Amino acid sequence: MTSLFEEVAPSSGDDVPVRRVEVTINGQRRAADIEPRLLLAHLLRNGFRLTGTHTGCDTTNCGACTVLFDGQPVKSCTMFAVQADGHEVMTVEGMATASELHPIQEGFKDEHGLQCGFCTPGMMLSAKALLDENPNPTEDEVRWALSGNLCRCTGYQNIVKAVLWAAEKLREGEVQ
Amino acid sequence: MYPSRFRYESPATLDEAIALLRSGGVDAKVLAGGQSLIPMMKLRFASPALLVDINNIPGLDYHRAEADGTYRIGALCRHADLEKSTTLAADQPTMAAAAPLVADPIVRTRGTFVGSVCHADPQGDWASVMVALDGSIVAQGPGGRRSVKVDEFVAGPFQTVLATDEIAVEAVIPAASGTRAGGYLKLERRVGDFATAGVAVALELSNGSVSKAGIGLTGVGASTINATDAAAALVGSDLGDDAIERAATLAAGVSQPRSDHRGSADYKRHVIATFVTRILDNVRRNQTTAPKAA
Repeated sequence: MTSLFEEVAPSSGDDVPVRRVEVTINGQRRAADIEPRLLLAHLLRNGFRLTGTHTGCDTTNCGACTVLFDGQPVKSCTMFAVQADGHEVMTVEGMATASELHPIQEGFKDEHGLQCGFCTPGMMLSAKALLDENPNPTEDEVRWALSGNLCRCTGYQNIVKAVLWAAEKLREGEVQ
Repeated sequence: MYPSRFRYESPATLDEAIALLRSGGVDAKVLAGGQSLIPMMKLRFASPALLVDINNIPGLDYHRAEADGTYRIGALCRHADLEKSTTLAADQPTMAAAAPLVADPIVRTRGTFVGSVCHADPQGDWASVMVALDGSIVAQGPGGRRSVKVDEFVAGPFQTVLATDEIAVEAVIPAASGTRAGGYLKLERRVGDFATAGVAVALELSNGSVSKAGIGLTGVGASTINATDAAAALVGSDLGDDAIERAATLAAGVSQPRSDHRGSADYKRHVIATFVTRILDNVRRNQTTAPKAA
């Protein structure tokens, strides 16, 4: 169990409202006592030490903090952690198995879909949400699906290639 | 960035939610999609003491046409539900055109149609669509429900006529008597940016001529603009060049854009005229290629 986080709630024991939440993160049930104003991004990063979820702009613009919430991409800086109670969250840490990368991760590696890597977790989860719904997207559809995720390095070309590569690989069924 | 401290409640029924709002008074706020409210709370533009999360209230996530053609959108219908809807394009072409242009794809999975109208941002896309379609918001309070036309519902920038103990439970678009046509166009510097300018056009066509028209303008005034004269110029016409030009000129004339980093006022007026023309021209072309209705 994770308790209150210092940066959010001072341990002075005043009347800070605290809620118990239970969230399934990457298939594992986790519980935490949190203040309602704690953002989901910070529960993941500071509470559960899942630092693959990045916080970039903190103003709902950049998409670096994107996670899947019940399978749908959301900006975890723009949801309160308390709202995830009873729901399922998938972060980038949930993509690979112990021995194998997810095809989307493999695609980013093979097609050089990242440079500094800061936007990459968000990109990959938006891509996953797209491919879960549409296994055979056009380049336009990939660009459209990723249009809420900003990258300052790549110019997007290789990111799009990486997603299309992954789509093909997933369709071939070479990796589940 | 953290919002100031608040009490959080997630009731399971609308009645409970309304009772909570009543207890919280002016310091209480409804949380639906939260894609405008949460950023504003983080920036401390809004600091509600009580947040009433309606996401756990069942039965509010619908969008549907009733048997009589009335269209209803529940308070928890997300932008993405509309974007992915298989029935929306046939039922509500103006809404279908706007749905993929709201914010960005990630925000669309969470943000709600009704919440966007309640946020009453003059840059909001859905308020223009609602204006064009003559839509209403249904507000539920301790005394029951009332319906308010969107024009009256939005009282000014970021202001509505909702009482502190009322929840906007659905948006209602009246049934059409003719065949629906229309569109939405928005100019934005990049996906997710505020609109430089946007135009919603909703028409009803009967026997090749326009029987009803509505035009809403986004981001070119202190509130969403209802371009009534421009719309009136279309009624009775068969969308000839003259009628389209008149509507475009009137819409641009009624817009009140301000020069800023997104463009000069003149430029934005020009965009409004161009968008009105483009949408109407597109409707006209689709009409001539589509088989004539009996």
